[in-house]
Amino acid sequence: MSTQTSTPMRTQGDKRRPYVRSMDGWWKKDPYFLRYMAMEATSVLVAVYAVILLVGLARLSQGEAAYNGWLAALKSPLSVAFHGLILLVFAYHTWSWFKVMPKTMPMIFLGGKKLPQAAITWTGVVVAVAVNLLVLCMLVRVQP
Amino acid sequence: MKRANDPIFWALFGAGGMLAALVGAALVFVTGIAAPLGMLVSQDLMRYQRVLGFAQHWLGKAIVFAVIVLFLWHAALRIFHMLHDFGIHAGTGVKLVCFGLPLLSTIAAAYWLLGLGF
Repeated sequence: MSTQTSTPMRTQGDKRRPYVRSMDGWWKKDPYFLRYMAMEATSVLVAVYAVILLVGLARLSQGEAAYNGWLAALKSPLSVAFHGLILLVFAYHTWSWFKVMPKTMPMIFLGGKKLPQAAITWTGVVVAVAVNLLVLCMLVRVQP
Repeated sequence: MKRANDPIFWALFGAGGMLAALVGAALVFVTGIAAPLGMLVSQDLMRYQRVLGFAQHWLGKAIVFAVIVLFLWHAALRIFHMLHDFGIHAGTGVKLVCFGLPLLSTIAAAYWLLGLGF
């Protein structure tokens, strides 16, 4: 018996180990899949931003000196630039969130006709822009 | 067990995604860009005494807790499913990281917020 037959190899003809087509990089093969992955990938920076706030909360609980250290770190140019990137990702999150909303929510019928997907998406986007501006205005109005 | 848990995770996912869509951009802009640069908002918007006072109020606590915790659970579920898409399938390790870390963060956030007093 040769050594070659004693080491089974994964081949297309083997009935016990059938060839399975690789799924690697499937999401690169269609712009629709790429948009899906871009939407899913926003979650990484959403998590990073939440962790930045969580660290701020931890520092706050440790007292004024610790908290001021966190504030100083936020003032570094690198941090400000990184928050610019996070801001872009949140904007894309908002858009994609309402873009898929018509597909994830129960169908709405108005006068026997299904509410168009674009109507749901744009309503959501307009509400999101309004609420974000409201929060911004409230924070701008806080006196020194 | 799976049937019983899934709706909770999806509710947290949906709530976090909606909160991020409604207030996320404004918060990132103010806490990460405007306040550090003293642009548009008062430069001492985030000074210690003010933020401490905010986090000592029950409503302030609720807002800080909701933003941090819901953002994390929203992201956790997406990252969990994204790992699957990249070929890293759900196992004990993946679940421990994707759900253990947000759970720890949730407990830590509650502990720190309550520790600040009312």
